[in-house]
Amino acid sequence: MIPDLGNYAAEVMAAYGLSILLLVGIVAMSLRRGRKLRTQLADVEARRDRANV
Amino acid sequence: MSIWEYANPKKFIATTTPLVPWVLGVAIACLVIGLFWGFFLTPDDFRQGSTVKIIYLHVPAALMAINAWFMMLLASLVWLVRRHHVSALAARAAAPVGIVMTLIALITGAIWGQPMWGTWWAWDPRLTSFLILFLFYLGYIALWEAIEDPDTAADLTSVLCIVGSVFAVLSRYAVNFWNQGLHQGTSVPVATGERTISDVFFVPLVICMVGFGLLFLALVMVRTQTEIRVRRMRALEMRMRS
Repeated sequence: MIPDLGNYAAEVMAAYGLSILLLVGIVAMSLRRGRKLRTQLADVEARRDRANV
Repeated sequence: MSIWEYANPKKFIATTTPLVPWVLGVAIACLVIGLFWGFFLTPDDFRQGSTVKIIYLHVPAALMAINAWFMMLLASLVWLVRRHHVSALAARAAAPVGIVMTLIALITGAIWGQPMWGTWWAWDPRLTSFLILFLFYLGYIALWEAIEDPDTAADLTSVLCIVGSVFAVLSRYAVNFWNQGLHQGTSVPVATGERTISDVFFVPLVICMVGFGLLFLALVMVRTQTEIRVRRMRALEMRMRS
């Protein structure tokens, strides 16, 4: 399945592996932080609404 | 309808929320197609061998590393001139994405350089200006974290962004200014329209470039929304405490 990368297999695989790891990392971190903050803001707004009642 | 309407945080969130899944979806599709095509379906280069496959990561990442800084510059100027908070937050949101792009460009460049140039690193004008750009990204992110007052932080980081733009310009055009460096000319010279690489490599490269561009856009939208929510949450907490 993997093409014959000749003498440079380690270099090509390392470049792809590290880059994909970094890309997946920044996407996962951005989405997770976004979800967490949305929940936290909803909690604070709910607390404010309760306090105002 | 004016573009400044999007400087309203509520309007920004309402507009970008439905867009994010589409932009992110198309970005991931382009990246999967482009990288699969480049890795599995393109031949080796007669001189570079299989290391030519690194171009599908290196070139789009380097392009976006510089473009991200220019986007931050634009947003910083909008902040300094018009004091729209969303633009300052968008610049802040773009920095971590930009630094990841810069890191990918530096790492893949070093991995490619070792077998092709015989060295991981050379103090070549383009490489050096790129390293300085990376350090500017680090400094920019650190400055945002270090200053408590958000408006002061936005002011100072905007100034830092303007200064750092010199190196973003140098990163892009250093190969034209100085020709004694190791780094070759640009692979896709848009200005001249001249093609320096074969179609076999060019088509998947363009797909990857579109993928990186859209990924940047999607992440900036998500991260700007998050920064807006952080600020709103802090404001509400302060109001409730007082």
